[in-house]
Amino acid sequence: MSRGHRPAHRRRGREESSSRPSGERILVLPGEELPAHGLKPGPGTYRTGGKVYASVLGLLSTHPPVVQVIPLSGRYIPKPRDLVIGTVTDVQGTFWLLDIGAPRWAPLHMTGTPWKVDIGDTERFLHVGDAVAVEVENLDPTGRIGVTMMGDNLGKLEGGTIVHVSPARIPRVVGRGGSMIQMITRHTGAQIVVGQNGRIWVNGSPDAIRRVAAVLRLIDENGHRSGLTERVESYLLSTLPTSDVGPEEPRGESAGRLAPDDTPPFLGPTGPGPDPDERDPETNEPEGP
Amino acid sequence: MSEEIDAEIRTAHVLDLAAAGKRLDGRGPDEYRKITIEPGFVTTADGSALVRLGDTAVVAGIKLEPGKPFPDTPNAGVLTTNAELIPLSSPTFEPGPPQPGAIEVSRVVDRAIRAAETIDLTRLCVTPGEKTWVCYVDMHVIDHSGNLIDASLLAAVSALAHAKVPAKRFEIAESDYPLDVQHYPIECTFVRLGDTIVVDPTFDEERSAQGRLTVATDETGRVVAMQKGLVGAFSPEDVKDTVRRAFRHGEEMRVLAKGGRA
Amino acid sequence: MGNVGAKEVPVLLSPEGLRIDGRKLDELRPLSIRAGALHQADGSAYVEWGANKVLAAVYGPREVHPRHLQQNHKAVIQCRYNMAAFSVDERKRPGLDRRSQEISKVIGEAFESVVFAEEYPRTSIDVYIEVLQANAGTRCAGLVAASVALADAGIPMADLLPAVAVGKVGGAIALDLKKEEDNFGEADLPMALVPQSGRLVLLQMEGHMTEPELAQALDLGVKGCREIYEKMKQALRDRYAVGPAGGVGA
Repeated sequence: MSRGHRPAHRRRGREESSSRPSGERILVLPGEELPAHGLKPGPGTYRTGGKVYASVLGLLSTHPPVVQVIPLSGRYIPKPRDLVIGTVTDVQGTFWLLDIGAPRWAPLHMTGTPWKVDIGDTERFLHVGDAVAVEVENLDPTGRIGVTMMGDNLGKLEGGTIVHVSPARIPRVVGRGGSMIQMITRHTGAQIVVGQNGRIWVNGSPDAIRRVAAVLRLIDENGHRSGLTERVESYLLSTLPTSDVGPEEPRGESAGRLAPDDTPPFLGPTGPGPDPDERDPETNEPEGP
Repeated sequence: MSEEIDAEIRTAHVLDLAAAGKRLDGRGPDEYRKITIEPGFVTTADGSALVRLGDTAVVAGIKLEPGKPFPDTPNAGVLTTNAELIPLSSPTFEPGPPQPGAIEVSRVVDRAIRAAETIDLTRLCVTPGEKTWVCYVDMHVIDHSGNLIDASLLAAVSALAHAKVPAKRFEIAESDYPLDVQHYPIECTFVRLGDTIVVDPTFDEERSAQGRLTVATDETGRVVAMQKGLVGAFSPEDVKDTVRRAFRHGEEMRVLAKGGRA
Repeated sequence: MGNVGAKEVPVLLSPEGLRIDGRKLDELRPLSIRAGALHQADGSAYVEWGANKVLAAVYGPREVHPRHLQQNHKAVIQCRYNMAAFSVDERKRPGLDRRSQEISKVIGEAFESVVFAEEYPRTSIDVYIEVLQANAGTRCAGLVAASVALADAGIPMADLLPAVAVGKVGGAIALDLKKEEDNFGEADLPMALVPQSGRLVLLQMEGHMTEPELAQALDLGVKGCREIYEKMKQALRDRYAVGPAGGVGA
């Protein structure tokens, strides 16, 4: 049987994200036959005997000429140009191994950082337990995931904490055009960096972090349901601190570790960060320019 | 889901919260997670209980079989406890021989059951020197979200409290009868997070902890087991204070364990 | 298989064609499946089938431990079927016995036949099945639970795997044996079906049957599997239902 592969082009509008014009979301299960007249099998599907079937549990997504299934569960599957948040699990002479919640660990080579690292000196820059924001560069056929720390908004994360949600929920955390994450940031004053791998870095006052974490848990548990945006907004408004306006000072210095002098500390912007490929909140599919 | 290596900033966050008297899930330092107990969950066992402590879940089963007493205690029954930390319950467990963590849970639970004389072992004797009841207490952790010791002992004691000796099946008596439970030990586990000592740690709190202290108490006011675990230290004042807290929590949890039994 | 020399052989089939628990020959025991029953696992399911209580959890795809088991071009599927000490009438010593190892192997091979393991080279997909209470057909219950758990974990595969045991009781072919039927009956045939292809990926037999009996048993088993398949799908749909959102703490 032939397996589908990821489409090279970008799709257009949200209305085309499901096979019904009403935008109804259709859950499919492994082994279910998919309506595929004149369509090519994409990710999450397989073809055999002239028919196309779902291979994962997820939402049916039809954008001619491809039919695919967007998984609703499972570990993070890396894609090039994804910003992800990882934890250093091992330090070697020329690279660090990162746990990014994917099926495999990701090596970060010393040349993929803005630092001048000598061979064998890697421990000085990052040690086991450090949290970093990196970008997925490439995936080789053996499943090795190449990541880089060269780029804006990438680097070591100091202070704050990391909240875990299911990777399938990230599009809803970000929202259409960044609307959800901007609403969360606006009502809490927190610094937030969203990793496509379901890891979200949150920094701010203890209260801000607590409220952001509560909202993220809400989205994680209810992301596939309707009326979520209203629920989130209602929670945020009902829990606004009665004292005063404006974002409070982030507590990074007291909560985090001091970085070595020549390591640039990471300063993330508020909001989702410039992401040339915004994703459709329903399907995590990239939207075109 | 938990991974083996957690980001240090998450550990630091747990400690920061603790310093302000707060915890990740919003509980106070002296608050247990929600506990539910389902006695009789496994009908193939002579006694059983499914305990949920927050997201942690443990199933305990009691099996009683006739056997020979130990030569040096001809008038006493035999009690064996075993805790299985099965790989199904956590990404951090691997199949194979029991890891030190599993062995510790087994032994700390066992000590509490024995020291409290939960069952009068002489009542299990059928014919001195020849035949006695062997009581197996097997605890199966099925979902690990922290505090396996408290959940496991609670499951074991609940299972014992609802157990029946299968005397009829083994043709030792006319009918089955309830296992005679005389004491109800309850274990309370605390961890140090900075200067704060919190009760009933979650998995993340155990990972961030700087020492763990378990205290077992029974309903007569005795301390029947203690265990200090993980890397860290407690002052004698800390210990006395946690013992006081353990008695208080023990009373509440005991009611749940007995559930319906006088 | 049978308890030779047991005290009393129960009547397995009444003159009206009803079985020891009142079921007809082609009737399944009550079956309920809950997907996502555990918090730590990547995917999980809890099954109550007749008097069976079985849990399954899936972890992965994840790095392989021990590393030497790693395969360059695909994921390894490691399956472990285990029975709790208190799950059977006579307490079972903890640890994998030979029966559990054999069952682990055939179940693992069933999944290898449908999981698209080449999508995750050099990783491990770990499938754990734990029997908490047993009453015949535990390997089928375990397979059903594990199959739902794999879908819950987002593992790509050709189809879910419904499974059931067919046997022979009182001379007649019967679907989904319970404990007494398994102990005192004449044959036991567990099987697992790939509904999409109509093929079997697990098939074992204990006991004896004639050729026509075997043909009848296979047909009955496939019919039973299709019924079970619907319940497995419903369990997953229930977990991933699209409905109104709850509030914080809901």
